[in-house]
Amino acid sequence: MDILYLLIPLSLLLVFVIAAIFWWSLKSGQFDDLEGPGYRLLMDDDDQSAGNQYSKDNSNDSEEG
Amino acid sequence: MMQLPTTYHYKVVRQFTVMTVIWGIVGMLVGVIIAAQLVWPELNVNEYLSYGRLRPLHTNAVIFAFGGCALFATSYFVVQRTSHAPLFAPRLAAFTFWGWQLVIVLAAVTLPMGMTEAKEYAELEWPIDILITLVWVSYAVVFFGTIAKRTVSHIYVANWFYGAFILAVALLHLVNNAAIPVSLFPMKSYSAYAGVQDAMVQWWYGHNAVGFFLTAGFLGMMYYFVPKQAERPIYSYRLSVVHFWALIFTYMWAGPHHLHYTALPDWTQSIGMVFSLILLAPSWGGMINGIMTLSGAWHKLRDDPILKFLITSLSFYGMSTFEGPMMSIKTVNALSHYTDWTIGHVHSGALGWVAMISIGSIYYLLPRLYGKAQMHSMKAVETHFWIATIGIVLYIASMWIAGVMQGLMWRATNPDGTLTYSFVESVKATYPFWTIRLLGGMLFLTGMLIMAWNMFKTIAGGQAIDAPVLKAAIAHQAN
Repeated sequence: MDILYLLIPLSLLLVFVIAAIFWWSLKSGQFDDLEGPGYRLLMDDDDQSAGNQYSKDNSNDSEEG
Repeated sequence: MMQLPTTYHYKVVRQFTVMTVIWGIVGMLVGVIIAAQLVWPELNVNEYLSYGRLRPLHTNAVIFAFGGCALFATSYFVVQRTSHAPLFAPRLAAFTFWGWQLVIVLAAVTLPMGMTEAKEYAELEWPIDILITLVWVSYAVVFFGTIAKRTVSHIYVANWFYGAFILAVALLHLVNNAAIPVSLFPMKSYSAYAGVQDAMVQWWYGHNAVGFFLTAGFLGMMYYFVPKQAERPIYSYRLSVVHFWALIFTYMWAGPHHLHYTALPDWTQSIGMVFSLILLAPSWGGMINGIMTLSGAWHKLRDDPILKFLITSLSFYGMSTFEGPMMSIKTVNALSHYTDWTIGHVHSGALGWVAMISIGSIYYLLPRLYGKAQMHSMKAVETHFWIATIGIVLYIASMWIAGVMQGLMWRATNPDGTLTYSFVESVKATYPFWTIRLLGGMLFLTGMLIMAWNMFKTIAGGQAIDAPVLKAAIAHQAN
């Protein structure tokens, strides 16, 4: 099973890469707020239909946290 | 200041969205044809249209053409909207569209001609593999470039899933397709690995393709479109972050469960089984997170067919991610392996999870890409939902029964130790179930045709628009 000498080191390398990315995201504050992003997604108004001409202009100041 | 606002690049999203529906119909039509060939073998009219050559065409078309276009379309949309920035390198994005379509057309030509690397889900020969690599690197540049130029500090969780999918597929593709080319026409190459080594690499690739192409990518879709359509934040954003890291840290070693009771060393098989069982936890965490988003708003399910698609897809995701780990247990696998149960399991994931989450997301996208409030006919969306659901249930129920029956017939022995049934007797006993499966597949395909009609009507009644880039909401910026 020589192939395991490729696949297992590859997995270990990946785990370290993933851990490094996790470390970066932790340090850079990606997870400081684990509530807000879920709400912020909904504030992004993507409706461009004719009946919704004005809502997008108001969307930036009408919402609260 | 009033100047012409910069707009998101929707054109490439529109192109991929429309092609998702087209390739969905093509891929599922080929599926219906090969299902019919199992019922009526005389439909194998010549070598180009024989079952053995059309089956890889079906799998490639539904996974990479239908599923791939859906992932390109939604990821390009989601990464722009959640980064509040237009696409990085839009010309490169256009190249990914045309390059990917060329890959699909080449697959449709070479596979019926019998040019294949004979690796499941990686059948395409080396020149096409090189083209895939070019397209994929461009995809990564566009996607991560857009993340890099985002105007908000937080990277929304859907982008993490899409990003992991793009990187993992790049790695899997490169390692598994390592081959020595011998000729350009006919395209022919030999794998860099041999025997059981090749099988191990193949299923390391094969199952991670399921995990990263068909799961992580579509979870990215789920984390954007379920909250948007439900108009409620994801049940627990915290859980979605845990879900992501748990899934990618534990996924990579489930592959050996495809090689139970083969020449693969026993301990490697057991590792594959253990990792497959572990996967139940993050999978169900994500499934519960998605479904519970509707907590307190279940009534929306009653009259929103798009939400029905999205939530039903999560139910199928839950079912197939429970079934999968169970089937990876060696003693269960001894019964299920090589039977139609496996086919049923795959389609529970492919039709129930992958196709339904894509269909729901596209019904969300289409009106927004063409300046409409909603699809041309919401009644047709509702009809599509029920036809598709009935089709899936017929498909997977018939394959469960057929698979368990086959497994039991194959292992049955007489008191003197001889086999009770010959193989062909199990084939004969399966005919009724193959017929029911064909019916289920035809129903699902019919749903796609309704969707295509609805799509063209929506496009005809609207006009292509690129939405202006919105400044991010301020509310949580300071945090």
